[in-house]
Amino acid sequence: MRHVLIAIAAHFVVAAMLPVAARWWGRRVFAVGAVVPAVALVLALTELGTLLGGEPATESVAWATGIGLEFTVRLDALAMLMTLLVSGIGTVVLCYFARYAGPDEPGSGRDAALMVVFAGAMLGLVLADDVLSLYVFWEITTVCSFLLVGGAGDSDEARRSAKQALVVTVLGGLAMLLGLIVLGVAAGTFRVSEIVADPPGGAAVTAAVALILAGVVTKSAQVPFHPWLPAAMVAPTPVSAYLHAAAMVKAGVYLAARFAPGFADRPVFWVPLVALGLWTMVLGGVRALRQHDLKLLLAYGTISQLGFLLVLFGAGTYTAALAGAAMLLAHGLFKSALFLTAGAVDKGTGTRDIRELSGLGRRWPVLATLAGLAAASMAGVPPLVGFVGKEAALKAFSHAEPKDFVVLAGLVGASVLTVAYSLRFLVGAFGTRAGPEPVRPKAPGAVFTGAVALPALAGLVLGPGAAWVEALAARYADALPGSRSYHLALWHGLSLPLLLSAVILAGGYAVYRSGVVAGMPGWVPGPLQAQRGYDGTVTGLHALAHGLTGRVQTGSLPVYLGIILLSVVAAPGTMLLLRGVPPVDMPWSRSWLQLPLALIVLAAAAAVLRARRRLTAVLLTGMIGYGIGGLFLVHGAIDLALAQFLVETLTLVVFVLVLRRLPPPFARPRREGAGQRRPGQPALRRREWPKAMIAVLGGTFVALLATVFSGSRMRLPEASSAYVEQAKPDAGATNVVNAILIDFRAFDTIGEITVLVVAATGAASLALAAGRTRHRSMPRAEQDQPEGEEVRR
Amino acid sequence: MSIDLVTIVLLGLLYAAGFYLLMQRSLMQIVLGFVIVGHAANLFLQAAGGPPGEPPFLGVVPESAMADPLPQALALTAVVITFGLTTFLLALVYRAWVLLGHDEVQDDLEDRRVRRAEIAAEREESG
Repeated sequence: MRHVLIAIAAHFVVAAMLPVAARWWGRRVFAVGAVVPAVALVLALTELGTLLGGEPATESVAWATGIGLEFTVRLDALAMLMTLLVSGIGTVVLCYFARYAGPDEPGSGRDAALMVVFAGAMLGLVLADDVLSLYVFWEITTVCSFLLVGGAGDSDEARRSAKQALVVTVLGGLAMLLGLIVLGVAAGTFRVSEIVADPPGGAAVTAAVALILAGVVTKSAQVPFHPWLPAAMVAPTPVSAYLHAAAMVKAGVYLAARFAPGFADRPVFWVPLVALGLWTMVLGGVRALRQHDLKLLLAYGTISQLGFLLVLFGAGTYTAALAGAAMLLAHGLFKSALFLTAGAVDKGTGTRDIRELSGLGRRWPVLATLAGLAAASMAGVPPLVGFVGKEAALKAFSHAEPKDFVVLAGLVGASVLTVAYSLRFLVGAFGTRAGPEPVRPKAPGAVFTGAVALPALAGLVLGPGAAWVEALAARYADALPGSRSYHLALWHGLSLPLLLSAVILAGGYAVYRSGVVAGMPGWVPGPLQAQRGYDGTVTGLHALAHGLTGRVQTGSLPVYLGIILLSVVAAPGTMLLLRGVPPVDMPWSRSWLQLPLALIVLAAAAAVLRARRRLTAVLLTGMIGYGIGGLFLVHGAIDLALAQFLVETLTLVVFVLVLRRLPPPFARPRREGAGQRRPGQPALRRREWPKAMIAVLGGTFVALLATVFSGSRMRLPEASSAYVEQAKPDAGATNVVNAILIDFRAFDTIGEITVLVVAATGAASLALAAGRTRHRSMPRAEQDQPEGEEVRR
Repeated sequence: MSIDLVTIVLLGLLYAAGFYLLMQRSLMQIVLGFVIVGHAANLFLQAAGGPPGEPPFLGVVPESAMADPLPQALALTAVVITFGLTTFLLALVYRAWVLLGHDEVQDDLEDRRVRRAEIAAEREESG
């Protein structure tokens, strides 16, 4: 199993080298890249024997053992099925791309690297057995899709489509991550196999499942998130064939299938999947019938089929899961063949519009036949594998229960549409029409034909060989409840599903011929259209962000500080008031010295606010500091008071040193002396009032806080009493504060000294640099001088 | 309850004065606001950290009458660090004055631009 791990890693390593190799080899790097998934496929197939024999192979690589993080791969039946698609079709598409890209196209290296990275991520995704690496691979596929759809970013449309694909799938991905984490925590394990084997319950898990489904429906382009998929058709056709038909969009389906054995019995899992799936099936089918572009037709067909698959995996019965696994394989085969056909048509004729194509079937009989096989598989025509899957699906819901009946009706209706758009594709691409001139195409070439032939013929072989499909599909479906009597086969005798199949084929032909759906006007009202919903959401978010930024981020420091203060008051302050302030039982004052000192401090503070000259304000602030020092003395903090007096004096000295250089009044000296307040002016200008209000609010809040804090202190804390007790024996000191500072908490003091050294270094370098600049820009400084002098006078 | 009414009023008003100065435009006033809030914070620490008492000297004062030594030690550290930061801020003020010729905090031009664009867009919508 270790070699499969290495194969995943090899994708990324090779991808890193491809852009360099492209300089010499040009578009041949696609073929080089194709080797990697081909080898991965072969390596995975070597495990087939172990898998069919019994337990699936697993392998773990320790990642961060300390926090229990490891990367685990597990190759069970579902993973094997997906690996066949991911690596098999990946190989075919990469070979095809080597012909599809222009010989001297500059983007070959980039595209090849991204495709190989994508194949590696997808392989990792289907093999990963822990939810976190599953998520990582999931998002790598999203990013690859963004880069491939956007291409070089030349056209507006490509950029918009790439962004939409990214925004929608990342939104779902993030929701999914949240869900996966909640699920993992609830289950006590992050291993997918263990979660599914023993699913946890509870309200949190219900929410987690809903979040994971958000990831599923966005990735698999279900209503109402589907518009990103048709938009992504601006990507080169091989990219669409691989990412948007066979692999990436299947990631959502895969995840649903992966969790179905554990959760399909819960309404939160199956109701959204079945309801959205049925809706998407019908909507995709109707839309596909209205397209003229071959790729868009297939894209809407893909949306419809993805809905079909989700219905099957959401249903949660053995037969439905069997049908789902078979359809998963069948869809990957026929849809990639059809996309590659559309690419060959586009390359050969220069158009994908069915209104301009005519007579292609006569010129390209081989390609037309192969495409016919694939389209027949899509429509569910025997003896192809698509028929086998659809028969099983119809059987799964052929019960008398009302729920099954509704689903069956939806399936039949959507399948009729599928037949109709299969015909539309085939006749549109290869038929001969009266209107347009018969095109004169270039021959498709062996590579194009071969790439279409491989999946198309596989679909033909697997129809009669349905037993091989069942070998894998049944092993997956075994985890689900229900009767085991049904087997995948072409012939079950005359039964309801066979009758329904005949009805579907006949109905589909009738719908196609009458053109009834294509001619119907759109009936979705404008505001409910999904694309408009996306556009509106994105525009609204932009407007909200811009509006909020414009309002909150005004660029003014006072406004910022005001907002911060208000939030400090609002958030904890509200909680403080809600919790209730404890009963206030306090003395007026603790000492007769407190009141005079407090009055001095307050008077000084009031004077600082009114001071217009720097020196006055600084001296008054110094007075506040000395007053506080006095209050420390009252509190019995002699050392603290000493330090306060000393530091206050030093601060004053530093202030005065700086003040020497600065002009005396606060405001910037202007020509008319506008900075100075004239005697008649009010004490506070109008714009100062909000600041004052906020400041008073902040002060009140702090006072309240101090009351609460001091109210919650009951006695001397343990830490303090321990310091008092140990000061003498441990530190040999009688002054407890000193003992704490230089002995018990000496490292804190070292940190404090470090802060001082850093501050001093910074201050010194700033002052010295300022001195140099000053000397250099002497003329300007001189210019300032007279202004200052003037104001002083 | 270790606090008293005088201290509470003093704390509230000192913080208010400090906040108000912090919201001014002059860098020097902002530094002064910072210093005042620093003083008030140290007082807060003492007031909330226990009732006043005798200095915590072992052997001189009975242990039951002592003030809590821990807030004192904490505040002592805070006083010194406030001094270091004040010095650094003053150096910045000085440097700003040397480079710009004034010590006023000005609006961020880029933010202003965003705001102007937003106002213009709104006018366009309404008009």
